Amino acid sequence: MDFNTLFSDFGGYTITGLTVGAIYALVALGYTLVYGVLRLINFAHSEVFIAGAFAAIWGWAALGLDRDTVVSGFGSIMLYLLVGALIAAVASAGTATVIERVAYRPLRKRNAPPLAFLITAIGASIAIAEAFGIYTRRLPVGAPTVVRSDIVLFEVFGTEVTVVQVLVIASALAMMVALDLFINRSRVGRGIRAVAQDQNTAALMGINKDRIILVVFIIGGVMAGVAGMLYDVRIGTLTYSVGFLLGLKAFTAAVLGGIGNLRGALIGGLLLGLVENYASALFGANWKDLVAFVVLVVLLMFRPTGLLGESLGRARA
Amino acid sequence: MTSVREWIDSGRHAVSERWHDAPRWMRWAVIAAVIVFFYALPNREFYQWLGPIPTTGSNFGQVLFTISIYVLLAVGLNIVVGFAGLLDLGYFGFFAVGAYTVAVLTSPSSDLKTLWPWLLALPLALVLTMVSGVMLGTPTLRLRGDYLAIVTLGFAEMIRVAATSSEFLKGQRGFNQIPHPPGSYSDGKPIFGVLDPRPYYWLVLTLIILVVLGVRNLNRSRVGRAWISIREDEDAAQLMGVPTFKFKLWAFASGAFIGGLAGALFAGKQNFVSSQNLELLNSIIILAAVILGGSGNIVGAIVGGGLVAYMIERFRGIEFFGIELYEYRFMFFGLVLVIMMIFRPQGLIPNRRRAAEFKDRRKEVTVGG
Repeated sequence: MDFNTLFSDFGGYTITGLTVGAIYALVALGYTLVYGVLRLINFAHSEVFIAGAFAAIWGWAALGLDRDTVVSGFGSIMLYLLVGALIAAVASAGTATVIERVAYRPLRKRNAPPLAFLITAIGASIAIAEAFGIYTRRLPVGAPTVVRSDIVLFEVFGTEVTVVQVLVIASALAMMVALDLFINRSRVGRGIRAVAQDQNTAALMGINKDRIILVVFIIGGVMAGVAGMLYDVRIGTLTYSVGFLLGLKAFTAAVLGGIGNLRGALIGGLLLGLVENYASALFGANWKDLVAFVVLVVLLMFRPTGLLGESLGRARA
Repeated sequence: MTSVREWIDSGRHAVSERWHDAPRWMRWAVIAAVIVFFYALPNREFYQWLGPIPTTGSNFGQVLFTISIYVLLAVGLNIVVGFAGLLDLGYFGFFAVGAYTVAVLTSPSSDLKTLWPWLLALPLALVLTMVSGVMLGTPTLRLRGDYLAIVTLGFAEMIRVAATSSEFLKGQRGFNQIPHPPGSYSDGKPIFGVLDPRPYYWLVLTLIILVVLGVRNLNRSRVGRAWISIREDEDAAQLMGVPTFKFKLWAFASGAFIGGLAGALFAGKQNFVSSQNLELLNSIIILAAVILGGSGNIVGAIVGGGLVAYMIERFRGIEFFGIELYEYRFMFFGLVLVIMMIFRPQGLIPNRRRAAEFKDRRKEVTVGG
């Protein structure tokens, strides 16, 4: 236990933790939405994220930005960020749609047992990740420097906050607020909530169940795609295999906040990011990846419904 | 397409009916012949007549040893996934616990410096894997199935991270000079040497036969009936007075035991264990093997495990679009999982009861599809 490291730069660890946590939270939303509606852990969601992250890099490459490019000027930075986010969101939403159509819908039509869904999900996840792995020859792919990571925007209590950190946290929060409004205010959002409460009754009330499910996958995909783009901006390189661990952590974040609960995903993500960063300061960076699992196991033992509880208040069998 | 499928199905039916109608002695004779065939398989004098079946890229005895380890693992995972219906995505973690326990206790590069012989470390390794199974199962088996899947996946990852990062477990440098199993020929040469992989294969084959007999009896006992009732409907089983938690833990521990056995055997053969052996996706390959063969059916698990391991070895050294086909193995087995679950969830050699369960659920499709 190395408390000196932690307290020498407590603010720094906090802000990094929040940044990482914001990305977890965006990915966690996908898990939580699908779980809320289908009671299904969409294991392949980590690959939805990876698809977005790769699409953003390849999209920027198509626009002439290679790994050594440093974009300058506020206008062009914003433009490239928006374009990257758009490409990533489309790619991720597309991947999510394909997964839903190919892997889940045939099983749903047949009322397959829950285990079957999980097996196809993991199969799809590995097949997609490996396809990216083979295509990139299992090498890391460099992202262009769209936003320089060393520019300090402001200082809080002696802690420097960089532009990238502000960008990641702010966009995650903005997406979150938009989603919350969409689910709670819009007509489609009402449909989603209805299907989440009771699929069959919702179908009898004239809601197109399959369309709502597709919409849920697409929204999850858009969130994961933006998360993928932000990941590229923050880290600067991308390996095909990072999705697996990030997906697991995002899932932990979703459970931490209460799976099926949108605001829970945000809180869970930020909290997990913080805990993970503090722990890496205390025990050494090698052990960082274990934190999420320890949190998950302890949580499932003592409070399996998460901090905020499952959103629609339905007890898990 | 349909006619081909019907043709295959009718053929399969005819075979299975003949098998069930055959007199007892004939069934035993067939089983004995199959067993003798597999004992004879690693001898060059025998397999050179088998045409393209033996692998070209590597030593066939070595390949057979790998296959036999996979078969053992598939038989073990089949208890957890097939019989009790619990999805364990970190099964390879138990293999790791078994292999590492042996390594830590026997290797001269371990910090303990106990230098036990292999045979002494084996029972302890088995006990430890069972304990780890119970420890993992106790908090998670009370929860719904999908949480169990994620936590087991996390468990395997935890073991990998611990093996890579902890000083005690040596990371990538690993443990070397792990002793071989004991025994020597009459002329003083050890049976289990470095050069000849065949004795190890025969050892694993013998153990597979013993394990299969044990598992079969377990499955036909009270325990096995409890597992099936849990798989079919846990709530109903609980209401009927089956102590579901206890039997789920039993399934977990038995599965872990077999996984640990495979790990200990692997360590004794390879005499080197490092964190590089712990590729996480191995758990998925074993799962794919069980699903492909037919979960809930011991013969299915054996065939699945053998088939999957054999295909992996067969891919080695063959190129496709300039990339070795071996590189595609995980992608391929991921797709196998998806395709099997969609088109044939009961597997190649289905368990009759399990196939009926899938059919039964199909009728219960709800409003709106």
